[in-house]
Amino acid sequence: MELYVALKVIWAFLLGVLLTGLAVMVGMDMGVGTMLRFVGRSDLERRAALNAIGPHWDGNQVWFVLGGGAIFAAFPTLYATSFSTFYVVMILLLFSMILRPLAFEYRSKVDASRWRATWDWAFLVSGAVPMFVFGAAFGNVLQGVGFHFTWDGQYFQDESFIWYLLNPFAILCGLMSVALSLYQGGTMLVMRTEQPIAARAERIAVAGGRIAALLFAIGGIWVSLMKGFVFTAPVDPAMAATPLHGPAVARQAGAWLGNFHAHPALWAIPAAGFLGMIAGSLALRAGFAVLGWWLGALAWVGTIFTVGVAMFPFLMPSTTAPAQSLTVWNASGSAYNLTWMLVFALIFTPAIIAYTGWAFRVMRGRVKTDSIAHDEHSY
Amino acid sequence: MTNLTVVELSRLQFALTALYHFLFVPLTLGLSVILAAIETVYVITGKPIYKDMTQFWGKLFGINFALGVATGLTMEFEFGTNWSMYSHFVGDVFGTPLAIEGLMAFFLESTFVGLMIFGWDRLSRPAHLAVTYLVALGSNLSALWILIANGFMQYPVGARFDPDTMRMQFTSLYDLIFSEDAQAKFVHTSIAGFVSAAMFVMGISAYYLLNKRHRAFAARSFRIAALFGLISTLAVITLGDALGRSDYLLQQTKIAAIEGLWHTTKPPYEPWKLVALPDDATQSDVFSIGLPYVLTPLVTHSFTEPIPGIIELEQEARPKIVNGIQAVLALHDYARTRSPEALAAFRKNEDDMGYGLLAQRYAPGQDLAAITKADLPGVVDRTARATIPNVFVEFWSFRIMMALGFAFLAVFAFAAYFSLRNRLERQPWILWLAMLFIPLPVLASEFGWIVAENGRQPWTVFGWLPTFQSASTHSVGYLLFSLIGFALIYTCFIAAELYLMFKYARIGPATGASETPQPAAGPHSADTSGYAEKPWQ
Repeated sequence: MELYVALKVIWAFLLGVLLTGLAVMVGMDMGVGTMLRFVGRSDLERRAALNAIGPHWDGNQVWFVLGGGAIFAAFPTLYATSFSTFYVVMILLLFSMILRPLAFEYRSKVDASRWRATWDWAFLVSGAVPMFVFGAAFGNVLQGVGFHFTWDGQYFQDESFIWYLLNPFAILCGLMSVALSLYQGGTMLVMRTEQPIAARAERIAVAGGRIAALLFAIGGIWVSLMKGFVFTAPVDPAMAATPLHGPAVARQAGAWLGNFHAHPALWAIPAAGFLGMIAGSLALRAGFAVLGWWLGALAWVGTIFTVGVAMFPFLMPSTTAPAQSLTVWNASGSAYNLTWMLVFALIFTPAIIAYTGWAFRVMRGRVKTDSIAHDEHSY
Repeated sequence: MTNLTVVELSRLQFALTALYHFLFVPLTLGLSVILAAIETVYVITGKPIYKDMTQFWGKLFGINFALGVATGLTMEFEFGTNWSMYSHFVGDVFGTPLAIEGLMAFFLESTFVGLMIFGWDRLSRPAHLAVTYLVALGSNLSALWILIANGFMQYPVGARFDPDTMRMQFTSLYDLIFSEDAQAKFVHTSIAGFVSAAMFVMGISAYYLLNKRHRAFAARSFRIAALFGLISTLAVITLGDALGRSDYLLQQTKIAAIEGLWHTTKPPYEPWKLVALPDDATQSDVFSIGLPYVLTPLVTHSFTEPIPGIIELEQEARPKIVNGIQAVLALHDYARTRSPEALAAFRKNEDDMGYGLLAQRYAPGQDLAAITKADLPGVVDRTARATIPNVFVEFWSFRIMMALGFAFLAVFAFAAYFSLRNRLERQPWILWLAMLFIPLPVLASEFGWIVAENGRQPWTVFGWLPTFQSASTHSVGYLLFSLIGFALIYTCFIAAELYLMFKYARIGPATGASETPQPAAGPHSADTSGYAEKPWQ
């Protein structure tokens, strides 16, 4: 296999890893934010829930920032096109997401119930909206998106934003994403908070896991029936990275199952997703919260890689100009760039994992509700 | 056809969000370093007052940091949401430093900032100190990679335009990182952040000294900040001079606009314009007052080198525009036919392609193919004129920034002098001045951003991609939605931030340790010379 092709495939895989890391780590914090008003009845209980993720949310959020930067560099055309296509939705995501750092840092710094209640609502919005948009984006990409390019690479949008916000399949994916984030956030609170917060969090997490499994099943059937995209002419994976001169692409019902039919072993990936969701809820019920957390991560791996494998090599197909669909082959960076990015990723990722693990170890143990009231460093 | 209203709105939104982000970044950069310095003293001496100092300034750091992070999220995604053509055109080289920034710097900073705030009781003193160092390292490394990315916009090295993919392709990591512009700008910008933080710490300490509260705490903080600020301001001015020289070598239109040079200079007499009213429309000064003989050595570091003027630079651009139009037409032909002849025709003029793209704006229907022989001189005229950034904005932004820089030097020098002589409380004017100066270094940084980015116009990638072609093709309605939303949310943010900053600055350091004399901070301990005779010891 040519080196450039290998690099493209590696970066497509790493894109999946990044999106999974983002979903697990940021999703966990956003799940806590979404359920904050429900797991904590008093101010102290809510502060306990916040402080359970307080030392980590900022580091976790970098998955989101790194996701943006890595897509920009590794798949520049995908970055340019997807964020512009989903403009209004992305801006809503940003509006809600930028509330979160302030909500953490500012909420408990003023002792007034209206101030704190306002920030508690901000947590709900900044948890639920971004996770919904995240899932809905997958839903839209699976269905194809209306865009085309002119000869110089300038991109044009062919559909209004209302469609991207309000089509049923995107809503289903958005809800599933919120449900999984509630599962992951709830699991974290089961590990890190005392009763009765932990018990409430467990109920929400179990419900989240079950709803996610149900929506995943419905979504799977939906995808198998919807029109996917296939190449109708031979494609050269080592092609120059431009969507302007690609081979013909057709839309066919059931096309997203093509990779699974060709390689039945790939069915293990959606199966792992189901396992994560169902066994995770059971583990949580049985009192194995740590196992439950890792099974939640497995659920995300299963979900995101199922989408990736189903679509491969498509990244963002175009409904209005299918031949200009963005794929792993035509939307990637240059070989030189991908090589250097890989070098940096190989050096720094182990370090990041090591010090993130250390940070979680330093802050391990349950947040004591009564000690928060006296700790001036806590949120 | 590009909708110019959308482009202008996109520019407005980017400028607002970037300037807003840049209100908080300088303080983060500098305060993280000051925190590391103070905590080092704490770990070495073991005196609780330094722990109080670290924790108090750390709390204000946190309030500021949250906004820096929040507004930074916008920046990371705004290239994609609003500048799709730009992102497509340079993502292969510009995205890389942003991704590396995440991997190398932002993860470090953000993971450890949590431990810095929450880890006081869970980490040993040296371990906590190491955490604080890593936060400072992370935030400044972050600035390095962001400015490497920005350096590429100013002076695109390490990449080539590739007609097959219609974008700049990355060719040299080394050239990108060690770009002269990026390096000069990194040191100038990050140390400008140190100045902002020093003024912040010094000003709030001055407030306590004026009110005779937390005096031991405030006097120590004041002295550290004054010395740190004095050294940093000297460095910023020196490095700013170096940056100006690199602009003279690399971005001649920018330096000509900064100095308001309509005509190429005739060394050595050439005056440096102290005050002037440059008029972009007539390309002349309504009036100007200058210091003779100063300009040439100031900009070129020599007495003989001429500096190209705006009118001459426009003339130099004319042949590039004519060639550039040919290059873009050949490129369009190549995109259609993939013929080697079209490629060869493009290769002949490829270095001037950007000027051809710029000319599209002034071609009939924004179509270069529609230019007739009769149109051509008019199109070239208007394009040549467009290669010069707005002189009035550039000239005055630069002068305000520079005047502020020298004012900081004076304030820090007096502050350091009186602080070292222990005469601060008898000189309330310097305390007042320090307090009133708190927002000014941030203001100077904002003007610095304007000098750098207005001076880059009309390009997003200097000489290669015009700004007007870089924006996403959105509708005006989309832009109004996002622009108004950002304005509203950011206004609420800054209100909340200022409220908390004032609240916590008024409350002051949390524990009473600094009010009561500590045994270890007694008159005869090693580093309190100068405090020994003071009543608050």
